[in-house]
Amino acid sequence: MNSTPRGESSMTTEALVREIAANHRAQRGALLPILHAVQEALDCVPPEAIPVLAEELNLSRADVHGVITFYHDFRSKPAARTTVRVCRAEACQAVGAGRLVAYLRDRYGVSLGETSRDGSLTAEQVFCLGNCALGPAVQVNGRLHGRLDEARLSSILDTAVSQ
Amino acid sequence: MSAWTAAPVTVYVPRDSAATSVGADEVADALVRAAARERRPIRLVRNGSRGMLWLEPLVEVATPDGRIGYGPVDAAEVDGLVAGGLFEGADLPSRVGVVDELPWLATQNRVTFARVGVTDPLSPDDYLRHGGLVGLVRALEVSPAQVVAEVTDSGLRGRGGAGFPAGIKWKTVLDCVDELKFVCCNADEGDSGTFADRMLMEGDPFLLIEGMTIAAYAVGATEGYIYIRSEYPDAVAAMRSGIEIARGRGWLGDRVLGSSLSFDLHVRVGGGAYICGEETSMLESLEGKRGMVRAKPPIPAVHGLFGKPTVVNNVLTLATVPTILADGAQAYQRLGVERSRGTQVFQLGGNIRHGGIVETAFGVTLGELVDGYGGGTRSGRPVRAVQVGGPLGAYLPRSKFDLPMDYEAFVAAGAMVGHGGIVVFDETVDMAAQARFAMEFCAAESCGKCTPCRVGSVRGVEVIDRITAGEHRDENLALLEDLCDVMTEGSLCAMGGLTPMPVRSAITHFADDFLARERSGETRTAHISARTDGMP
Repeated sequence: MNSTPRGESSMTTEALVREIAANHRAQRGALLPILHAVQEALDCVPPEAIPVLAEELNLSRADVHGVITFYHDFRSKPAARTTVRVCRAEACQAVGAGRLVAYLRDRYGVSLGETSRDGSLTAEQVFCLGNCALGPAVQVNGRLHGRLDEARLSSILDTAVSQ
Repeated sequence: MSAWTAAPVTVYVPRDSAATSVGADEVADALVRAAARERRPIRLVRNGSRGMLWLEPLVEVATPDGRIGYGPVDAAEVDGLVAGGLFEGADLPSRVGVVDELPWLATQNRVTFARVGVTDPLSPDDYLRHGGLVGLVRALEVSPAQVVAEVTDSGLRGRGGAGFPAGIKWKTVLDCVDELKFVCCNADEGDSGTFADRMLMEGDPFLLIEGMTIAAYAVGATEGYIYIRSEYPDAVAAMRSGIEIARGRGWLGDRVLGSSLSFDLHVRVGGGAYICGEETSMLESLEGKRGMVRAKPPIPAVHGLFGKPTVVNNVLTLATVPTILADGAQAYQRLGVERSRGTQVFQLGGNIRHGGIVETAFGVTLGELVDGYGGGTRSGRPVRAVQVGGPLGAYLPRSKFDLPMDYEAFVAAGAMVGHGGIVVFDETVDMAAQARFAMEFCAAESCGKCTPCRVGSVRGVEVIDRITAGEHRDENLALLEDLCDVMTEGSLCAMGGLTPMPVRSAITHFADDFLARERSGETRTAHISARTDGMP
């Protein structure tokens, strides 16, 4: 029922989460690696995963919920197929990160933390991608891009969205 | 004789994510295609970056005279460059000369970064050929206590920001009696303007592995964790590959290099929380919990990961250890000034012409770094402010450019060296907006455990807004000063405790920016955070 980009379409969320938990159980403090693996498989950590993880790891549901919501990385709903994360830290601010944020809003209609109305693009903010000498920097679907201006950002995003 | 039988020419194109962010992969592909078309055999090495980031993608060609650099190279111009004799080191417009002889590099003192950009990061043979494992081999020949003494004598201080002497921390863990001890590497390099940890992990992962293995031997640990921020997927991949290769070579695992030492390493990925760069918050996160800061004492050296004695050091601290063991404490101690010994890896970023990695002995001045190495701003406008030491570091004006980069001199000036990041701003910067951002960032990234940080930062944003709106300016400036006092004195960790540093330094050095004015809509909207929306 849960179709995923990786093709585990026949598996229920519960079964998938149990399997991931089983694969990581031997690690110390396994919850974070498990959450990353769940998000990798489902593109999010859905609310129905919480009671399953609580049971698997002998934690309370509140504990699991608390961990998921503490970290910015974990989301409860899948993002768009293309995610752009704009660095808004000081080094990128100094070379015009604010202009890229404004451009995303004007050209694509997405503010940071939003998904575009047609569901093709999610924009997020991030504080530092470690590309501080070649800013402004963004990450598009996990890949780092530097020395950006509006034209280069638009060509990268249009390519990513059309793929 | 066909060119195919000639010895292949070695060509270097960095795999570092800063280089690939501006097209290094495309350049590498274009070079391979052009070489095939010209029937010219090449050996392509994907090295780390030399740290001259304005030249990226920097292509290097091995010639009898040395490695000749070309940069920045665009994939579209590769065919022309190859036709013009790039593989022979020909004199082309983008040729920068023999890379090792460029003054920008030659005047540095690369100790920790000695191999980065020179070798293939994932080639264990390259690592050995360039002096790798000498430190570990020497460490395993002496007693753990002697290794700790060597590190203490070198004067090595934690590179993460606080500057605590590494040897003293190690001795505490060594003296703890416990079956299970840990070595944790804090690679949650979240400070804006710092990228040395990332470049080291991507450019020389075996060095960090060797440093952690020496630490494990010195304190009696059997397990190690590298906690890397999720914003660095390439560093995560490089370290994971490096660890796999090291296990295969017997550099990790049971009986390391045939000795009695058993030590294994694991990479853990963070969750996008800045606070997890604070060591106790990182330990909580490694345990699978919310990254809430712990009260100290007990210190992690005694009661660390899962309550066990734990060494927590930054990437550059651990990566410096192999050199200290290989060359001796004295050689390292001879570098530097006063109580800041050895080298520091400075990172020039922001609005800067020649940004990148400058590793040099402590004591170089701020001006030498920004105007000398950095060459001023990228925009060509005058430098107005620099922020040193990350988002919690002070903003300094040009009048402070004669400050020597050492821990104590910076503290005396109301600033901090921190992780060595220097972010440059030109004259268009609005320092009230930067002060506001410091508070906004703290509000977004506070773990929420203590009130001065969690609530104080939100109030700080509001007070700065009232000041710049011209509401009771003097009273609100006094209130902001008071709030900064409370945050500095009353916060559990550096997050709330140091957020006042950028705020206060902005007010001290750039008071005019805090006068009431008509703000342009653009500046304000650019500083509204999605993360703080809806917070109390």
